[in-house]
Amino acid sequence: MAEAQMKVSDQVAITIDKMNKWYGAFHVLRDINLTVYQGERIVICGPSGSGKSTLIRCINALEEHQQGSITVDGTLLSSDLKNVDKIRSEVGMVFQHFNLFPHLTILENCTLAPIWVRKIPRKEAEATAMHFLEKVKIPEQANKYPGQLSGGQQQRVAIARSLCMRPRIMLFDEPTSALDPEMIKEVLDTMIELAEEGMTMLCVTHEMGFARQVANRVIFMDAGQIVEQNEPEEFFLNPKSDRTKLFLSQILGH
Amino acid sequence: MSEQHAHDVAFVRTEFVPESPPPGVASGPVKWMRENLFASPANSVLTLLSIYAIYLILSPTLPWILNGVWTASSLSECREILNGTSGACFAVLTERWPQLLYGFKYPADEYWRPTLAFVLLFIAAAPVLFFDLPRKLLIFTGLYPFLAFWLIWGGTILTPLLALAGCVVGGLVYQRLVASNFAAGFFGGIVAALVVWTLGGVLIPEGASDNALLPAVPSRDLGGFMLNMMLGVTCVSLSLPIGIALALGRQSSMPLIKWICVVFIEFIRGVPLITLLFVASVMLSYFFPPESTVDLFLRVVIMITMFSSAYIAEVIRGGLAALPRGQYEAADSLGLDYAQAMRLIILPQALKISIPGIVNVAVGLFKDTTLVSVISMFDLVGMIRGPILASTEWNGVYWELLGFAAALFFVVCYGISQYSQWLERRLATDHR
Repeated sequence: MAEAQMKVSDQVAITIDKMNKWYGAFHVLRDINLTVYQGERIVICGPSGSGKSTLIRCINALEEHQQGSITVDGTLLSSDLKNVDKIRSEVGMVFQHFNLFPHLTILENCTLAPIWVRKIPRKEAEATAMHFLEKVKIPEQANKYPGQLSGGQQQRVAIARSLCMRPRIMLFDEPTSALDPEMIKEVLDTMIELAEEGMTMLCVTHEMGFARQVANRVIFMDAGQIVEQNEPEEFFLNPKSDRTKLFLSQILGH
Repeated sequence: MSEQHAHDVAFVRTEFVPESPPPGVASGPVKWMRENLFASPANSVLTLLSIYAIYLILSPTLPWILNGVWTASSLSECREILNGTSGACFAVLTERWPQLLYGFKYPADEYWRPTLAFVLLFIAAAPVLFFDLPRKLLIFTGLYPFLAFWLIWGGTILTPLLALAGCVVGGLVYQRLVASNFAAGFFGGIVAALVVWTLGGVLIPEGASDNALLPAVPSRDLGGFMLNMMLGVTCVSLSLPIGIALALGRQSSMPLIKWICVVFIEFIRGVPLITLLFVASVMLSYFFPPESTVDLFLRVVIMITMFSSAYIAEVIRGGLAALPRGQYEAADSLGLDYAQAMRLIILPQALKISIPGIVNVAVGLFKDTTLVSVISMFDLVGMIRGPILASTEWNGVYWELLGFAAALFFVVCYGISQYSQWLERRLATDHR
């Protein structure tokens, strides 16, 4: 299984080159260099405040970076709004707090962006939405509102909503942190299925079991920089830096 | 003992407790009164005191209303009929009915025109207020302002047609240009409409209104409750979009737009409406080209609209601030551009939160239209204070007239409030 999973194309999906970001005078991200290949599944972990969420939020320009460059699928992320919108429509994002649109039904949540951004006819967009809702196993909720669903269901809808845009890259920002333990599994199962289909994924998470099973690279961040990155087996069994060892002992210790 | 205890604690449920209906509650009026009116001695005393207070209020007013006189030609005749007994003199309402509704200068033969415009208002407003109705009705809503203008003011039909043509051309130019650039579309549309209006204004012949199908009625002849309705409806429907634009402008990342909106809102909110109305009646003409005579009605509409749009902008800003940042981020992350994110995600939610505040402003605005009576426009209150109470026949009939005005305003404002509550329930999708 590991063999099959390791196989990624040598086509570059994301290049981050010497990227720096400040919040006011606070240096949040320092000299980030990262190349993500098409089909790669990367798990980013690290203590809170280490900049891991900020890093993936920079990739679809929810946060601005002040130095260095980010290139997504050949498009350079600049202040040009056309480029920003192009990248955002190709990069799906799943949030910690789901961020579904509460005034729209589940189906409308999923069809809104395809209809307005991709200009897909409503019928076709609805068919696509139902396809992905079936994939995340909640087609029967299509006409309900987000407020009527459980947290796990809402997060699966959020994943389906992103998939409806047919993204080439998916970003997950702590997708299971706001969920009850019973619901974490259903969301992780959906993500695993997605990974098996070859989606390029960047996932900020503390679910180390998920990282072991799915990732082909684990990145450890601390104080705004990438401290260590490795294949999951090596990363967990043989961490190199002391900071990583301390972190792993704390989260795996109990 | 401890063995016994352990034996008791270990427990495995073999069958689940089935769902059962709640216990039947005793009901009926007696129980209701016991619970709500006479629950305790103190409660009973308060109930009795309240009943006595209601009696004190109703015992003089009910006979006064029921014994009212509905037909008489003057206050003295009315008093003769009453012959010393207590009773209201509602005859003033029946005798001055057209004046109360249309003012004292609107030609009596043409009363059907504003009445028809009023009836059509409901058809025009329906698709906006109730979105389950077929969307095609919105075409009528779009045409209604021009139709109502023609009905109420009369004169040549070329004027409203020209206004409509200007709007259509402006809209078309906007649609053409907006694809490339919003600012180009926005200003291009306005310029195109202005060009059409100026060119068309030259083309309309001088005496076009002389032999028109509907005789022209000048603005100074409008009055009565009709004037309140016209000001209220026009200003509310104009100030809502302007208020939204101001609220969004105030949040803009472009400093110039942001500061224009902030200065406008803060300035208008800091000035009393009555001051603005005086400015409208005497000073606003200084700001227009010297030879142009801008209609007093239009000047008042501009002032009230500016006033209420500043308030609505602040109400909507509250709604925008109440939305979690995640909504903006989710919209952004899906690739929606600014206009789409606002129109589809942010504003529907922010406006829903703002409904109570917007209704508050709308109701206040509608009642404030009576302030135009101080700049000698004869709206309902202006009619009562002026021509009716000053006449020899009806000098001194305060309660009946002002009570009628209060009732009329109450009906409209209560209607608005009920509609807004229905709307809030209709839009509730959060299932809390």
